[in-house]
Amino acid sequence: MRQARSLVLMAPALIWLFALMVVPCALVLALAFFRRGLYGGVEYTLTLENLALVFDPLYAGIFLHSVRIAGLAALIAVGIGYAAAYAIAAMPRRYQPALLFIVVLPFWSNYLIRTYAWIVLLNREGLITQGLRLLGYQGEAPSLLYTEGAVITGLVYNYLPFVILATYAPLARLNPEIAEASRDLGASGWTTFRRITLPLTLPGMVAGGIFVFVLSIGNFITPALLGGGQFQMIGNLVYAQFLTANDWPFGAALSMVLIALMTGLLMLQTLASNRARGGATAEPRDG
Amino acid sequence: MKAPLLSLRGLSKRFGRVAAVCDVTLDIAGNEFFALLGASGSGKTTLLRMLAGFEMPDAGQILLDGQDIASLAPNRRPVNLMFQSYALFPHMSVRTNIAYGLEMERRPRAEIAERVAEMLAVIQLDGLADGRPDQLSGGQRQRVALARALIKRPRVLLLDEPLGALDKKLRTAMQLELKRLQHEVGITFIVVTHDQDEALVMADRIAIMKEGRLLQCGTPHEVYEHPVDRFAADFIGVMNFIEAGRGRSLAIRPERIRLFPETADTITEGRVIARAYHGLDLQLHVQTALSPRPLRVRVTSDAADRRPVAEGDSVTLGWNLADTRMFTDQEETP
Repeated sequence: MRQARSLVLMAPALIWLFALMVVPCALVLALAFFRRGLYGGVEYTLTLENLALVFDPLYAGIFLHSVRIAGLAALIAVGIGYAAAYAIAAMPRRYQPALLFIVVLPFWSNYLIRTYAWIVLLNREGLITQGLRLLGYQGEAPSLLYTEGAVITGLVYNYLPFVILATYAPLARLNPEIAEASRDLGASGWTTFRRITLPLTLPGMVAGGIFVFVLSIGNFITPALLGGGQFQMIGNLVYAQFLTANDWPFGAALSMVLIALMTGLLMLQTLASNRARGGATAEPRDG
Repeated sequence: MKAPLLSLRGLSKRFGRVAAVCDVTLDIAGNEFFALLGASGSGKTTLLRMLAGFEMPDAGQILLDGQDIASLAPNRRPVNLMFQSYALFPHMSVRTNIAYGLEMERRPRAEIAERVAEMLAVIQLDGLADGRPDQLSGGQRQRVALARALIKRPRVLLLDEPLGALDKKLRTAMQLELKRLQHEVGITFIVVTHDQDEALVMADRIAIMKEGRLLQCGTPHEVYEHPVDRFAADFIGVMNFIEAGRGRSLAIRPERIRLFPETADTITEGRVIARAYHGLDLQLHVQTALSPRPLRVRVTSDAADRRPVAEGDSVTLGWNLADTRMFTDQEETP
């Protein structure tokens, strides 16, 4: 009875996900094994050429470059985000909801607008350069926009709230007496952080970092706007295959490798957050 | 009394406008089992946290062997605290939990292993040493928390409601167990509790706290038989109060009231309105003309068998004036 009822309740979601997620993904995956038509379009003969091309040094290089940018963005976001979450969790309880509200406030504006704002900031005669001028800087303005740094800055900025939320939860749930017990037993503040607080909240950190990495590596708006016209990241390459180069099978092959990478990482993240739930709360099993 | 091990001098702590602890002066001897007893909000936990180093006193001194430790960080005091939640490290095994304090002292590996094994034997958890805290029962976790603090051989062990999380039967057994352990290790124990029974059973001396102040300090016998005021009398054990006019009340313990006495200084008539059999004794609520509240009377089963009483029966009660105390009524009686 109960199983039947939950199946009925889940049905709309399952149908929705199947029709709009599983089927399109399967189509994309299938596409990767066909040949590109001479004048665009798809020729339905099976081939592994597209997949092989993904591992061509040129494209593999872009892949590695994307991994590098997304990895750096994830590391920086985790560093900044964990510190912020730690500070919020250490504030008096009554201020914490307001602080978390401020953290998610940027989501209220559009992603594109937020990214465009960075163009205004980083432009050769943008706000940052003007600020330097006010401080008396006379020399050549550094080119901040259209660099790898600009792309990483944009990604970190956009995904930082996810890291803060992912690491705040385990930090706030931590019984403060556990850290006090460590101090009481002779550990310094730093040792207590290293041996107690950090290991107990590490799964949240890993989850937040993977989140940023996955969202970054597939991103094409930020590298397009802040990274200039080059194929900075794999997302731009896929975008180009489908919309300008008209090579759908190759675009599909690139997507397939990307999807495989993300799926692997998201599975890792699920594992990490499951461990977080088991570790930090430590519910009693019996009397 | 020889020189005290721990000496609190005028300790005070405020949180905003609330005076949590107010001018507490107290001496605790070496090897003593001391209980801080009070209702929630009486300041007993704040006092304990000041001893452990988690709260800085606004005024006063904490002298340990004559040295003021009030400004030392928690990790620099030869004092350990067993937390109410036990605060075991959930990501470490029982063994690593217990070894943690010695690791912080940078003891040699062999010594740590030896002392941990010793401790595991004392708390009888050898078989579960490699398990995680969440695999233990409440009683087992309590013992691990105790072992983790005791292994440091502190001068003073502070225990915050050590038995609060256990069920009633285990709690009673652990009261005596804690007392036996304290004797064995020869360390001064300071226990915070809101349970007056627990304090009476375990402690050598009890300090009753009320609204941040020390109300009375003495042996269990002293605080039970000679409470300093009406609040203390009401807080420890059960007490009957009979209005005596001019803002005063006569107080008498239920076990001092006799049923059908042959001779007594005061004799009164009443009707039994409730009767509860507890095995060892019989507790009666007897309505008399002396007070609006029924008098609580405790009769041994032995005496009750000789002359059975039932609900609704008329009975004669009597007591001797030597067993009564006179208190001035207080306005802020809770």
